[in-house]
Amino acid sequence: MKKFVFLIYVCLFVFNWGKAWSLIEVDITRGNLNPLPLAVSPLSVDQNSKEKFKDLLKLEDIGVEISKVVENNLRQSGLFNPLDPKAFLQKPDIAHVKPRFEDWALIKAQALITGEVKIVDEKLRVEFRLWDVLAGKEIMALAFTTVSENWRRVGHIITDKVYQRLTGEKGYFDTRIIYVAEEGLKTSRIKKLAIMDQDGFNTKYLTLGNELVLTPRFNPTNQMVTYLSYFKNLPRVYLLDIETGIQEVVGDFPGMTFAPRFSPDGKKIIMSFAKDGNSDIYTMDLESREVEKITNHPSIDTSPSYSPDGKYICFNSDRSGYQQIYVMRSDGSKVKRISFGNGLYGTPVWSPRGDLIAFTKLHKGKFYIGVMRTDGTGERLLTENYYQEAPSWSPNGRVLIFYRETKSDSAGKGFSAKLWSIDLTGYNERMVKTETDASDPSWSSLLTD
Amino acid sequence: MSLNKIFRNTLLVISASILLSACAVKTTGKMQGDVYTGKDTVEYLASGVPDRVFFATNETVLTTASRETLRKQASWLRKNSKINVVLEGHADERGTREYNLALGERRANAAKDYLMTYGISGNRISVISYGKERPVDSGSNPLAWSKNRRSVTVKAN
Repeated sequence: MKKFVFLIYVCLFVFNWGKAWSLIEVDITRGNLNPLPLAVSPLSVDQNSKEKFKDLLKLEDIGVEISKVVENNLRQSGLFNPLDPKAFLQKPDIAHVKPRFEDWALIKAQALITGEVKIVDEKLRVEFRLWDVLAGKEIMALAFTTVSENWRRVGHIITDKVYQRLTGEKGYFDTRIIYVAEEGLKTSRIKKLAIMDQDGFNTKYLTLGNELVLTPRFNPTNQMVTYLSYFKNLPRVYLLDIETGIQEVVGDFPGMTFAPRFSPDGKKIIMSFAKDGNSDIYTMDLESREVEKITNHPSIDTSPSYSPDGKYICFNSDRSGYQQIYVMRSDGSKVKRISFGNGLYGTPVWSPRGDLIAFTKLHKGKFYIGVMRTDGTGERLLTENYYQEAPSWSPNGRVLIFYRETKSDSAGKGFSAKLWSIDLTGYNERMVKTETDASDPSWSSLLTD
Repeated sequence: MSLNKIFRNTLLVISASILLSACAVKTTGKMQGDVYTGKDTVEYLASGVPDRVFFATNETVLTTASRETLRKQASWLRKNSKINVVLEGHADERGTREYNLALGERRANAAKDYLMTYGISGNRISVISYGKERPVDSGSNPLAWSKNRRSVTVKAN
């Protein structure tokens, strides 16, 4: 049951963080054109532990591998510039105990991460330290013990801790992405649910591709997924338990149910139900199976998303004649249109911080991913492309992941679908690595908080 | 409810025909306005009975040609009373996935309503939307998109 719940024992704790205002601070509220140079010293491993992990995990040097995970995460964030380990002068084991700060300052590192890996009772024990090179002191120290297969997650957790210490905000590295893996011709695409670590590793396929599946979304504890499946050619909202693999239909209405999402408390699913040419928004209580109709309008009402406090819902409607974004109270009252710019607006998603709504905009043949305040003011377009849509927020509300499709000819040549991410600042746009073509990404919350 | 819908549909059809006759719609090759008028992708339920109708961007209004096609389908269905059909509604790729699912459903229902006004029982017609998931033409151009904005009548038995 609790395979996904990761046990961490924090053994060693912090000496002086919080108190000592170190010289290094990273401002994440602006586009960062000068990422902070830092050094991720390979974690040191004693010979005995190294041999054992080699047998267990088929890794040449687990210390080097974990530090590579950290390094890659930090680089992808766009806020940090991990320096080339070839330039490092000090040996990992000595650096971890007593770094020679002059050596690290010489290569222009402003921060240093060191660590030590050991095998203890057949488990993986990792201790790491974060040093402020300019101030010449340690600013954080933590240790984790876990099963050895979780070694990549240790790297993600270290990154989260470093990110939080240096930016003042929680990280988003120990997270997963659920998405739709795509293969085959554009006219008869095969789609499967897939889940992977945020950095593209550990991909697992959750369905076989026998039926079309779309728009998976996590519940708040990341153990359940709601999505649309065309099982038996009946497009309905389903629920999947990631652990057990058990799937059940939740939107078994006399018509198509689609566009599902969980409520912030995880107790309800909100979705669209289409019948006789009209789509309205409904909720279903997962325990009592009670269904409530939230909107009642002859237009298309779809893509609902709750505010993090559960009090409001943003959604997409064409009641004005074209696709626009609306906000209402969660009981369906006080419906208010918030998008008034040029073009069409779709896929509104409420930020986990509560202050912004991300959306897709279609204007003059181009697609944009953008954000606006929840009253519709302050619209900001982050990225423009031939086709892109469906943003999903990182748990700290700093990054958006979405998918992008390329143009193709009538035979489908040139077509691809890939995941991309961009910072809220509009900087640091990157393609997210996936094994196959991919679409409809949804970001989990932090797996360990 | 159903009467209401028929009325609404008829109104749409009338307003569309007024619109179509009022402004001289540009006809370019296989499109009128941006509605597909060609035959490339069309299949036949029976001789002279086309299986599909096409729509303008973001629209669910049936054109004159679409209504003619659906009247042919209705008379074929009347003659073959044991046959049931599925109406498959589709959208082009230039829209968001979820909205397009709803749009495809609306298009298929526009066709269903029209068949029903010509006496075909709703029990014989089911509707499914594929949104932008099943294009017939993979091209990223207006002509390909016009072929993909469609409702296709498929024999269910």
